[in-house]
Amino acid sequence: MGSDTMSSGNPIIRIEGLSKTFQGVSGDISALEDISLEIREGEIFGIIGMSGAGKSTLVRCMNFLEKPTKGKVWFNGRDLSQLTKKELYQIRRSIGMIFQQFNLLMQRTVAGNVCFPLEIAGVDKKAAAKRAEELLTLVGISDRADSYPSQLSGGQRQRVAIARALATNPRVLLCDEATSALDPSTTRGVLTLLRDINRRLGITIVVITHQMKVIEEICSRVAILDSSHIAEVGSVEDIFTRPKTSAARRLVFPEDPSMGKLSGTRCCRIVFNGNSALEPVIAEMVLEFRQVVNILFADMKNIDGKAFGHIVIQLPDSGMVADRMMEYVRSKGLTAEEVEGYV
Amino acid sequence: MFDMEIFRMIGSGLLETLYMVLVSTAMAYVLGLPLGIALVITDKDGIRPMPFVNRFIGIVVNVLRSVPFLILLITVLPITKKIVGTTIGPNATVVPLVIASAPFVARVVESSLKEVDKGVIEAAQSMGASPWKIVYKVILPEARPSLIVGGTIAVTTILGYSAMAGIVAGGGLGDIAIRYGFYRYQTNIMLVTVALLILIVQILQEIGMKLANIGDRRNG
Repeated sequence: MGSDTMSSGNPIIRIEGLSKTFQGVSGDISALEDISLEIREGEIFGIIGMSGAGKSTLVRCMNFLEKPTKGKVWFNGRDLSQLTKKELYQIRRSIGMIFQQFNLLMQRTVAGNVCFPLEIAGVDKKAAAKRAEELLTLVGISDRADSYPSQLSGGQRQRVAIARALATNPRVLLCDEATSALDPSTTRGVLTLLRDINRRLGITIVVITHQMKVIEEICSRVAILDSSHIAEVGSVEDIFTRPKTSAARRLVFPEDPSMGKLSGTRCCRIVFNGNSALEPVIAEMVLEFRQVVNILFADMKNIDGKAFGHIVIQLPDSGMVADRMMEYVRSKGLTAEEVEGYV
Repeated sequence: MFDMEIFRMIGSGLLETLYMVLVSTAMAYVLGLPLGIALVITDKDGIRPMPFVNRFIGIVVNVLRSVPFLILLITVLPITKKIVGTTIGPNATVVPLVIASAPFVARVVESSLKEVDKGVIEAAQSMGASPWKIVYKVILPEARPSLIVGGTIAVTTILGYSAMAGIVAGGGLGDIAIRYGFYRYQTNIMLVTVALLILIVQILQEIGMKLANIGDRRNG
């Protein structure tokens, strides 16, 4: 639900038919194949995939740190492949980027790091220092302006990196596994800051991650990248409640219990959305049919302030009852689908 | 044991040595620093990959480094004569010293610059920094402590070379050590000059390490 209301809908980044191959020792290695994507202005867009799926390459194609082998990338309506070097440098100032390893200049102070992109852009020293001060206040570490990165914690370093990425007033912020090197509570702090930046400054954010939690926490739309291809794109809510592809399922339902030793063989996955999670659907169903079901797996998540979840139940032996139970669940407005291989 | 004459000689030998070493080091860096930078940025993983240029510089550097200094010293005598007008004395020694140490400096610089975190360079690229700006605003400042350590190594190596130049009357302490200690068996004079050379190496090493540590912010 978030995606359509939060963004104005104009694509700020558009990718069409993008492929990227690297030359390896034993022939070409394909990192991305035929990727098409639109990232809308003002949204927080997630790209999730297992490691090696090509996420980092994809995000580097968005600012042409990697040049696609095939296909096109438009930023704000401009085809990046048509730009001169100078124009590309100019455009990169509108696309901030932060990294897993922060990538701060170790021989410069915190303030010096934030001033760095401004120096490159030719902003005069005084104005740059003033801007750095504002940004460090925004990210909440103005008291460490004169420290060196080596004196800061990981979370603080990422805040400096965020301040630095925002220095040139970018329209997009690319985050490449920005929280993967941080512990859970620090991650939450950085994600909150990113959401805040998105809301307050209207900066479009692209989040690359392998952590489902990160997507749940801040993204409105998500693309699932699976072995060089986009498996699925949609609102986070849709993909969480109705993953269509096996790649999406692997990510959304990672804790596959696959337990045995149960009598029935048919199982059903029931997906809850915010409104019906409060109704005791399963209990009512059991009372209605006077047949027990076995809950094999349950997981509830909080997405965008609403409770979502899914459970897997083992249906009674009788096929007819099982079918009617699934009908019953669907009549309550829930998604029910048969799953195989659970028992 | 020593008369004033010998003291004066050793004193001027010391000054000649310092003069040769410092001038040669400075000139070796004038040539070697750009070469080292070129080797790094034209590398296939560099910020401006140019495989052909990289190979060419690499080969030139390797060839020059393969020639033993003593042979180089004698081989370039005609060049030295053309440039300086003489083949003896400290000014003449500067020529082979620079030719021998510039490629060495290039490699020392290259290895220092390669220590700079690739991620930091990528971050600068993502901000729209041109390769030239990345060199002088990111790579060189980030590599500063390592460059200073490399400079210390270069200066002590050049000091060692300069002493070898004594064999062709190149001036300096090495010249005295060879003339008195080696040819005339005046071991005590040789020992004094060697002790002075050791002292110079120690002092240069200390200064270099101090400078490198003062400038390094990586350890907080």
